[in-house]
Amino acid sequence: MPHTKLTPTAQPRWLRILLGAIVALLGLTAIGGPALAQEDDSGGEGTEEVAPDEGASESIGGVIQARDEEGEQVLLEGVTFIVTDADDNEVGSADSDAEGVWRVDLPGPGVYSVLLVEESLPEGNSLRNPDNNPLTEISVQPNTNKNTLFPLGERTSSGDNTNRVAQLTVDGLKLGLIIAICAIGLSLIYGTTGLVNFSHGEMVTIGAMTAYVINVTWELSWFGSWMSSLVFGAMVAIAFTGFLGYIYNEFVWKPLRNKGASLIAALVVSIGFSILVRYVLLYQFGGRAGFYRDFRIGEPIDFGIFSILRKDLFIIVFSALVLVAVGLALQKTRAGKAMRAVADNRDLAESSGIDVEKVIRLVWIVGSALAGLGGVMFGLTENINWEMGFRLLLLMFAGVTLGGLGTAYGALLGSIIAGLFIQLSTLILPGDVKNVGALVVLILILLVRPQGLLGRAERIG
Amino acid sequence: MDYQAIIESLFRGLIGERFIVFALAAIGLNLHFGYTGLLNFGQAVFMAAGAYGLAMTVVTIGPAVNRNTGLNMSESTLFWVGIFMAVVVFPLVLALLMGIPTLRLRADYLAIVTIAVAEIFRLIARSPSLDKWTGSSDGLTGFTSTFYDLSPFTTTDRYFFNLFTGNQFFLVLVGWSILALGTLLCWLMIKSPWGRVLKAIREDEDAARSLGKNAYSYKMQALILGGMFGAVGGMVRAVGFSVAQPDNFITDVTFFVYVALILGGAGKVFGPLVGAALLYAVLDSSDTILRQLVANDYIPESIMSGTQVGQVRFMLVGLGLILLAAFRPQGIFGNKEEMALDDR
Repeated sequence: MPHTKLTPTAQPRWLRILLGAIVALLGLTAIGGPALAQEDDSGGEGTEEVAPDEGASESIGGVIQARDEEGEQVLLEGVTFIVTDADDNEVGSADSDAEGVWRVDLPGPGVYSVLLVEESLPEGNSLRNPDNNPLTEISVQPNTNKNTLFPLGERTSSGDNTNRVAQLTVDGLKLGLIIAICAIGLSLIYGTTGLVNFSHGEMVTIGAMTAYVINVTWELSWFGSWMSSLVFGAMVAIAFTGFLGYIYNEFVWKPLRNKGASLIAALVVSIGFSILVRYVLLYQFGGRAGFYRDFRIGEPIDFGIFSILRKDLFIIVFSALVLVAVGLALQKTRAGKAMRAVADNRDLAESSGIDVEKVIRLVWIVGSALAGLGGVMFGLTENINWEMGFRLLLLMFAGVTLGGLGTAYGALLGSIIAGLFIQLSTLILPGDVKNVGALVVLILILLVRPQGLLGRAERIG
Repeated sequence: MDYQAIIESLFRGLIGERFIVFALAAIGLNLHFGYTGLLNFGQAVFMAAGAYGLAMTVVTIGPAVNRNTGLNMSESTLFWVGIFMAVVVFPLVLALLMGIPTLRLRADYLAIVTIAVAEIFRLIARSPSLDKWTGSSDGLTGFTSTFYDLSPFTTTDRYFFNLFTGNQFFLVLVGWSILALGTLLCWLMIKSPWGRVLKAIREDEDAARSLGKNAYSYKMQALILGGMFGAVGGMVRAVGFSVAQPDNFITDVTFFVYVALILGGAGKVFGPLVGAALLYAVLDSSDTILRQLVANDYIPESIMSGTQVGQVRFMLVGLGLILLAAFRPQGIFGNKEEMALDDR
């Protein structure tokens, strides 16, 4: 990149940074009132035991989940757990709820065992280590909620003839398209301002949560059908994240550019925003995962070698359309050409009469709105939680670096490759480390072709 | 309100285990970021390397080696081997892994890759498929008895103005000694010609290169040495809490180290110590104050619950990063000319 400073233009407007932060936070807290159910362990630095709810003193609980053939999480409902104390007296039992969560309150600290009633497991699931059932010698300290883990084996698929490679390719395409939609903004912001924006993932989370508030908390909809409610939620999410992108640029990044802050300082500021916003969201919404209303709706459509849920097919088609539209806009429209020109060579663009600040503002708005839309779709495929965006951010980095930092089309190509790679890597790797594959590719590509697939070979050392 | 508890938490923050852990990690980060200008956002994984280097050697790898080779190393032998693994081998391998693809590239690439590597290793350590070696999300325990057996203090008594139990006080004393040694070592290194080359690379890599210095090699050495300091910090943390757990080393931990470093002043020998002490004095005492306020119903449950108190410190760290980077990048005692978070 030619420029080493965020680009200065007009007079410095200082207090705007703080003001902007406050405005952004107020915006967030305003929507956050109704929390996502109860919360469980999430904050803290990990060593502290999970803090108890008010009143309750000690309990044992957990989340029971299986993984299907693609390594996706499936939460199991109605699994029975029986807790006994050291003398084999039953203390209590509980069934897992729709989100796989179960909890038994205990009379006091001590040593307990937990038995999973295997007959209550849904068909096709079995324990990975049947010897560890019941789980014994669980010592519970005063005032803690102890979490237990019962790992389940791969779910045995019952008589489907789908081709695993084809199925994973479709899933990977879906993931890649979602990453691409989120990552365009990241790449364009980098291209136009030189900022590696670590807080881009939080836009994704905010988008998903805005739609969640509309769809689940407020249950707003036009015609009462779940789809229209979610579509409405997605539209509000796009508008809201676009607006936040504008505010963010106007009150944080523009003053920093005007001040001539170094890129390193800007990067650290973006990390600060990432962690601040992430924990504000956790504070407001709690640590539990949320799902859009009627999220599991629909029977899969069978295409012979693969089957696909209606909503996933919708996501693929819709994302592809959005990406084509973005590509066309970048290629054909005046604003799109200006964006590419600024990303390509800022000084040249400015000297040929392009209003660079205007282009940067547009990039922030469009990039953030796309991230918000991507967040809704990501929430639709998996779940909505406070750190979904941060997890996706690393995959976005993988995609964007793969395609070439700062190039718009590179972000598309790289993200789709990253998505495919993540899903297809489950052919070899266990499902829970599938994201590792994409991150390893990120490192390998930096070794052989650091400018990325579509990047220009310039000195970036 | 229990004012004594508040004052105790303030002093524990100033001199306690967390201060030691984060001061050590920040000394390492100071070598990376403060002196060499490496934007390492994966200090947490170096800390994890220290914790797991010790825990895995004592609990999983060591016994497996004993079984398969007929060597009969006792637990205390394994503990000392574990310290060597934790301080030298694990961080060395990790630094090579991170440094080789990125040290030739611009600073922001290093930032992305280090954060990715930190996440890769955390995910791997959490994976149930490696439960046998890493204990997955519960982590590993049972590797500290050799250390605490050396303690001359009785476990039931409290020491140092009643701040610490016997075991804690032993750990803190050892920690302070390591910290003093580490700071001295850092000071000697930075004063040496080697340290001056690091600063030269930070200021202008091309200039250093044109004077015949192999910038790549110097950067790699700085990455390795700083990583080792981080590993010592992680090891102290694991011994202090008697557990090596993947979620103790999430990416946010690195950001805590950054705040500590920038607060005290990056590129200053005593910056990490001052910064970590201040950071934890503020975080721990504000934590205790908030908990007291919540417990005594000065803050209603609807605004803040007990669990939410723990999240406030992360927000404070985020806010601290924003304000420091934007308004005072040289920290409290730093020198603006020397350390202004300049692009390199």
